[in-house]
Amino acid sequence: MNTSLSWIKAYVPDLDVSAQEYTDAMTLSGTKVEGYEKLDKDLDKIVIGQIKKIEKHPDADKLIVCQVDVGTETVQIVTGAPNVKEGDKIPVVLDGGRVAGGHEPGQKVAGGIKIKKGKLRGVESNGMMCSIEELGTTREMYPEAPEYGIYIFPEDAAVGESAVKALGLDDAIFEYEITSNRVDCFSVIGIAREAAATFRKEFRPPVVTPTGNDEDVNGYIKVTVENPELCPRYCARVVKNIKIGPSPKWMQRRLASVGIRPINNLVDITNYVMEEYGQPMHAYDLDTIAGHHIIVRNAKNGDKFTTLDGQERDLDEDVIMICDGEKEVGIGGIMGGENSMITDDVKTMLFEAACFDGVNIRKSSKRIGLRTDASAKFEKGLDPNNAQAAIDRACQLVEEMGAGEVVGGMVDVYGKKKEPVRVPFDARKINLMLGTELSEGEMLGYFKMLGLEYDAEAKEVIAPTFRQDLACLADLAEEVARFYGYDNIPTTLPSGESTMGKLSYKLRIEEAARDIAEFCGFSQGMTYSFESPKVFDRLMIPEDSPLRRTVDIMNPLGEDYSIMRTTSLDGMLTSLATNYNRRNKDVRLYELGNIYLPKQIPLTELPEERMQFTLGMYGEGDFFTMKGVVEEFFEKVGMKKKEVYNPDSGKPYLHPGRQANIVYEGQVVGYLGEVHPEVADTYGIGERAYIAVIDMPEIVKNATFDRKYTGIAKYPAVTRDISMVVPKSVLVGQIEEVIEKKGGSYLESYKLFDLYEGAQIKAGFKSVAYSIVFRAKDKTLEEADVSAAMKKILKALEELGIELRQ
Amino acid sequence: MKEKLEQIKAEAIAQIQAAEVPEKLNDVRVKFLGKKGELTAVLKGMKDVAPEDRPRVGQMVNDARAAIEALLEESRAKMENAIREQKMKEEVIDVTLPSKKNIMGHRHPNTIALEEVERIFIGMGYEVVEGPEVEYDEYNFEKLNIPADHPAKDEQDTFYINKDIVLRTQTSPVQARVMEQGKLPIRMIAPGRVFRSDEVDATHSPSFHQIEGLVIDRQISFADLKGTLEVFAKELFGTETRTKFRPHHFPFTEPSAEMDVSCFKCGGKGCRFCKGSGWIEILGCGMVHPHVLEMCGIDPEEYNGFAFGVGLERIALLKYEIDDMRLLYENDIRFLEQF
Repeated sequence: MNTSLSWIKAYVPDLDVSAQEYTDAMTLSGTKVEGYEKLDKDLDKIVIGQIKKIEKHPDADKLIVCQVDVGTETVQIVTGAPNVKEGDKIPVVLDGGRVAGGHEPGQKVAGGIKIKKGKLRGVESNGMMCSIEELGTTREMYPEAPEYGIYIFPEDAAVGESAVKALGLDDAIFEYEITSNRVDCFSVIGIAREAAATFRKEFRPPVVTPTGNDEDVNGYIKVTVENPELCPRYCARVVKNIKIGPSPKWMQRRLASVGIRPINNLVDITNYVMEEYGQPMHAYDLDTIAGHHIIVRNAKNGDKFTTLDGQERDLDEDVIMICDGEKEVGIGGIMGGENSMITDDVKTMLFEAACFDGVNIRKSSKRIGLRTDASAKFEKGLDPNNAQAAIDRACQLVEEMGAGEVVGGMVDVYGKKKEPVRVPFDARKINLMLGTELSEGEMLGYFKMLGLEYDAEAKEVIAPTFRQDLACLADLAEEVARFYGYDNIPTTLPSGESTMGKLSYKLRIEEAARDIAEFCGFSQGMTYSFESPKVFDRLMIPEDSPLRRTVDIMNPLGEDYSIMRTTSLDGMLTSLATNYNRRNKDVRLYELGNIYLPKQIPLTELPEERMQFTLGMYGEGDFFTMKGVVEEFFEKVGMKKKEVYNPDSGKPYLHPGRQANIVYEGQVVGYLGEVHPEVADTYGIGERAYIAVIDMPEIVKNATFDRKYTGIAKYPAVTRDISMVVPKSVLVGQIEEVIEKKGGSYLESYKLFDLYEGAQIKAGFKSVAYSIVFRAKDKTLEEADVSAAMKKILKALEELGIELRQ
Repeated sequence: MKEKLEQIKAEAIAQIQAAEVPEKLNDVRVKFLGKKGELTAVLKGMKDVAPEDRPRVGQMVNDARAAIEALLEESRAKMENAIREQKMKEEVIDVTLPSKKNIMGHRHPNTIALEEVERIFIGMGYEVVEGPEVEYDEYNFEKLNIPADHPAKDEQDTFYINKDIVLRTQTSPVQARVMEQGKLPIRMIAPGRVFRSDEVDATHSPSFHQIEGLVIDRQISFADLKGTLEVFAKELFGTETRTKFRPHHFPFTEPSAEMDVSCFKCGGKGCRFCKGSGWIEILGCGMVHPHVLEMCGIDPEEYNGFAFGVGLERIALLKYEIDDMRLLYENDIRFLEQF
């Protein structure tokens, strides 16, 4: 929504503020000004001059030398303009002044062009006469300006005065951001009402006087509304003996100032009233309306209709149509039809000011693919009571401008009249809500400025129908706050019962995950929650995998963002690949993000969101580096039991010989491995890459931040080293399992200290050496204590096919 | 006897003084004080001394021994000192050589900003809670006073899973979920991922983060809202920061406001950063709408409160002067390593 300052001043005549003051104050009272453009920002030292004498330039055929009276003196100006004659009053930019641009439209220069005196072909020139374009504006704003040449003022212009003021260019155009609740502010009058209240000035809306001749409009037109729920009101008036012509300059200028191109008096009036009152109107050629009967009904599926822009539109049964006795003549609230449009030889015209259901218009306009100035207003949901005011205002303008003869009366199809809402008022409660101590009188004063009446007896504020945003006390509190000033409300802190500030347990564990990952050199990445269904093929996930059961987005941004991820791998691998492509070395990343697992398809309840702690790396480090990070993390969150790595994890996207499920207390809590070379290829990662994915809900279940001191050993430890020849198929994990199981109560720890495969060892075997430590809490161990345990261990190892090396 | 002792002593002193290394001192010790040393020999000869002279002679021997020992000790200390000094002289290092660092990872700027915000609100007694990212339409819209036909529900803004389930477009549904639990008073913030149907560019992303705040108690006022958010702004952007509240409209709060902070780059004078205005828009807020309270089972006559919502990326971009939102989701290590 745009308005010029001068248009606002038309209804708030006492308003005397700069554009910046207006912007600041309006924004603080709730009508946000996004920005403004001062029409004279690049204009300087421009006055009205009068040409006293014109002579030919001695050395140039196309130039003339003018003596120009600029009020204080007469200056000589050389020009090439073809349209000036002696006696003309013209805008003159004096030496040292500025104009906004060149002569041709669209040649505006940022900051303007400085004009200095100089010589043109040897003849002195002390300024410049200006075209309308040089003044930074257009012939749309100033239709009287010549197409080519200098702007010429009317004869009564005062020589020496500011040309900028005389043209009304000492104005600014404001652009507003109007919130959806303030439908009334999508009109100049609505904004002017706010401006008057903001600056505590009198609001003087247009006075609409009765219009029309002695005839009765009912003799001209009949209106039937078949779908009153979608068209709560339809007002129609008729104008005959139409005289098409240009609209007055002031109206053209106001329309042009908000970006609407003036066309002719009738079109301009409908557009003007739409801006002024916020009520779109439509004009039909009454002679094209069959049976002089307007019927409002819904279109039928498959109907086609040609709008006045010549385009054929596809309709459906939810579109509101304006029809006559035989045919459709317009799409209600969106655009009229080609078949009923006003042409230059229109004789009698039907004015329509209707109210259509906003939601319907918004949706229809989207389905049809046609959004117009009218539909943009209707979709906000207009006040039906405004329709009559607007149509009467239009007829008043028709009469004032001599555009035709208005027929008496109005056809008004209006079902249940919209009545003002009464809102109980309680000053004490408003003060409590705001933290203020305002008197009831002050509050009522604000309401009055806004056109809200007060019923003192019932203690109710009566909100006019154009203020459909006012329904409860909190709404009234906002009106008080806006005009008392948000900035004047004190600042306090909530009192009352104290509460405990904390992170949830889950978030504490995630914090620990971040700490450990970063400690181990991994940086935190973030990737999207939605991805392409193609990721499953990229990850070589089989067709029947449950991972392919996804939560799908109905209206995604594209296939690449169309499913909610069921694995966090794609994001991680893509990020690693991005880094690899950019030649970043030794990259380590982690992410904490959800996967989304549907409980059933189609979805009838929310999917399960499982937080995944995903680590990925390439460059320095290997599988065991990754394994170390996992174990550091488990230790950090108090998961002290020994985790088991099960190589039968069956992840198709991982190297078949280098992957494992991480099992804790018998439960798979994640997995890790080397990325399958084919998958790495697909993603474009040209090195071995490793990933680990930890399922955080399982961690939250097992984690604890409890710690207990177990004492420091007082008695010496006994260490036994064993060296073994082990069949290759036996995992060291199995050896460790044996040591743990058979080590007895004195077993303190064990450590792999040598692993060798190669020439010295017989084929199919490897050499493994462990150091095993025993210790008792309460005594120094005897040889016999240790030997007994060792015997059990060795026996069990032998059962695995392991030979003890001597 | 006396002369003999004096002579031994003099000889020992001479030899101690002549010693150049600690080993020589040891030799001296053995030679004079050892079991077969010269001084020990004198003691052994005590049996030849008249009994009445023995204490005096004994004393003399001990004195001589003490003198030699003291000198030995002094010389040894001096020598060791000199050796240590020499050794350290040879051990001088170039302290400007590169350090040995454990390579640490870096936290995402979003998380750093979030932790700052969490720290501030936890300090004011707020609990950090979460809600689902895939959410019922009912919580994302209806319980927040956004009825079925509200433009905010348009497909162009919201990703739909089906007619009842959406990707939440805001963290505000967590408000409704927490209020419904009925544990009062409430002071909470709810950070999390939200989704809007925006194409990716330098300032838009279809997935981003918000932090929701909610306070429900008896007698909460708009002044409390202003005070709380002012503390927040000063903590986050510096004590010099000023705040400005402008009326705005959100369906789930009334009165509603947007909060601007004075530009922390230019201090409010106006610069490229704040587009010349001196102010930067930071968050939306307001008093929880009585309808919302009712829908969540809270009696608006007894309780009320305020709510606010901050865009996490917006804070991260502003605070760390990141000029393109896409950087946040590319995970280029050269970007992440700067935080």
